[in-house]
Amino acid sequence: MTPLIERAWVRNALAPLLVGIFVLIVWQAFCVLRHIPPFLFPAPTDIAASLVENLPTLLWALLSTMKVTLLAFALAAIIGTLTAFLFVQSRVIEVSLFPYAIMLQVTPIVAVAPLIIILVKDTFWSLTLCATVIAIFPIISNTTIGLRSVDPGLLSYFKMNKASRWQVLWRLRIPSALPFFLAGLRISSGLALIGAVVAEFVAGTGGRSAGLAYEILQSSFQLDIPRMFAALVLITVTGVLLSACMALLSNLLLGWHDSAMEDGR
Amino acid sequence: MDLRLPLASPTAAPAGAVPVVELLSADKLFADGNRGVAPISLTIAPGEFVSLIGPSGCGKSTLLKLIAHLYEPSEGRILWWRGAFDKVGRAGRRLAFVFQEPTLMPWANVATNVRLPLDLAGVPRGEAVARVGTALAQVELGDRAGAMPRQLSGGMRMRVSIARALVTDPDLLLMDEPFGALDEFSRNRLDEDLLALSHERRLTTVFVTHSVYEAVFLSTRVIVMAAQPGRIFAEYTIDEPQPRGESFRLSDRFAVRCRELSGLLHAASVASRSVPA
Ligand SMILES: Nc1ncnc2c1ncn2[C@@H]1O[C@H](COP(=O)(O)OP(=O)(O)O)[C@@H](O)[C@H]1O
Ligand SMILES: [Mg+2]
Repeated sequence: MTPLIERAWVRNALAPLLVGIFVLIVWQAFCVLRHIPPFLFPAPTDIAASLVENLPTLLWALLSTMKVTLLAFALAAIIGTLTAFLFVQSRVIEVSLFPYAIMLQVTPIVAVAPLIIILVKDTFWSLTLCATVIAIFPIISNTTIGLRSVDPGLLSYFKMNKASRWQVLWRLRIPSALPFFLAGLRISSGLALIGAVVAEFVAGTGGRSAGLAYEILQSSFQLDIPRMFAALVLITVTGVLLSACMALLSNLLLGWHDSAMEDGR
Repeated sequence: MDLRLPLASPTAAPAGAVPVVELLSADKLFADGNRGVAPISLTIAPGEFVSLIGPSGCGKSTLLKLIAHLYEPSEGRILWWRGAFDKVGRAGRRLAFVFQEPTLMPWANVATNVRLPLDLAGVPRGEAVARVGTALAQVELGDRAGAMPRQLSGGMRMRVSIARALVTDPDLLLMDEPFGALDEFSRNRLDEDLLALSHERRLTTVFVTHSVYEAVFLSTRVIVMAAQPGRIFAEYTIDEPQPRGESFRLSDRFAVRCRELSGLLHAASVASRSVPA
């Protein structure tokens, strides 16, 4: 029998869980023993209570944020991939367009968001556009690098066998690019969530498109700090779940790849 | 496809048989002004096993790539079966190249890797699968068809690469230091298997190596090259009977031939140094 602590799932799942529980206990003890009022710094139990109390509102907000995030993520993935394919078709196209892709990336989204929100009348679409802009860059750059990262030996093997451009693309470039593309997806999924939340903050809209950022804003105006934390917890959990989904997808598709093997130790 | 052809001595090509490759003062000048090889004239007859040996940078790979039509000669001509390259690929005129690295697709299993040249050529799936089975059996990997390349040893990956060449039923097999990265034990075994296969299938083989022992063991003719400029320095014929095996490797004749070839190789490397760059 291997000692419990040396088993992979124990180390990978149980250890961080114990750390989390320990932090929560210390946090709770600190708040209770020092009599810290919840409106200054809430204890974990205050946050949990607020989460339960405001659950319907918060879940609606979560749904709204998720809609923006997922749509932006999908758009970034599709448009980003198409752009990368365009880039690798010719050096001229890449050289002329790549600087603009970098401009998109280095411009802080908070600075552009008000402009987008003014220009695009529909709130939902303006939020989605902001999130897409922020999420698209890793897809473009990773997929471009991936499509170019073909093993030169294999490429000359294909050429020697008189492979058509289409065969090279389908049988060689796309499989070679897959690990890079999936790494890009993973980063992009996180950025889409960040983009959605940032755009909601800037837009500050309530009503039908009120997302979790709006809940946080509202809570801070009302000094309802536990509710603020509760919304924050939901954002974090969403981010973690998104990232986990992407990791799962990578492992499913990349059983052959070195990095997947590393993860699966 | 019956692969158990009657054994024939590979050197017993009938006089006047159509040569497999003819280089007529072919040379290669790279775009950066580097000369890969000076004009070379060379004829390779059907059934020959020709090894190219020489100090590094003497143009062995360049010469092999010229023969594979991966490079065009800058001057001179190359003929395949007395014809131009566009006729290569027809039955009886097939060419296969094995690189120094196995160059397998890491995302595809062994069978799919071996099937690649057939898929690229549009061979129907059923026929392709059958031929892959035969080729894998020939390199003794029949039971590893579903394995991924990363699960195989270096020697096994090289066998997959050879199976991928054999599956196209080549007449001319070109190999660039295929076993250079392997340990001596695996290399000796692969050498023996390769020799048996090329004999059985009456392949014409051009084989780049940096090992004198490997060249003597495998070849019917060794071409010793020298550098600066890359050129043919000497030719050395090895008319030892087939099949060759461990007993040949341990024989005195083998030792004598290795010594003679080493002497030529040494002279070639001295000649490579004495010419100013
Ligand atoms: N793609 C290339 N571009 C420029 N020079 C090259 C290229 N490939 C090889 N050479 C040069 O041609 C010469 C012969 O190289 P190569 O055929 O690879 O030698 P070998 O395989 O015998 O070691 C060397 O001087 C090398 O530097
Ligand atoms: Mg070489």
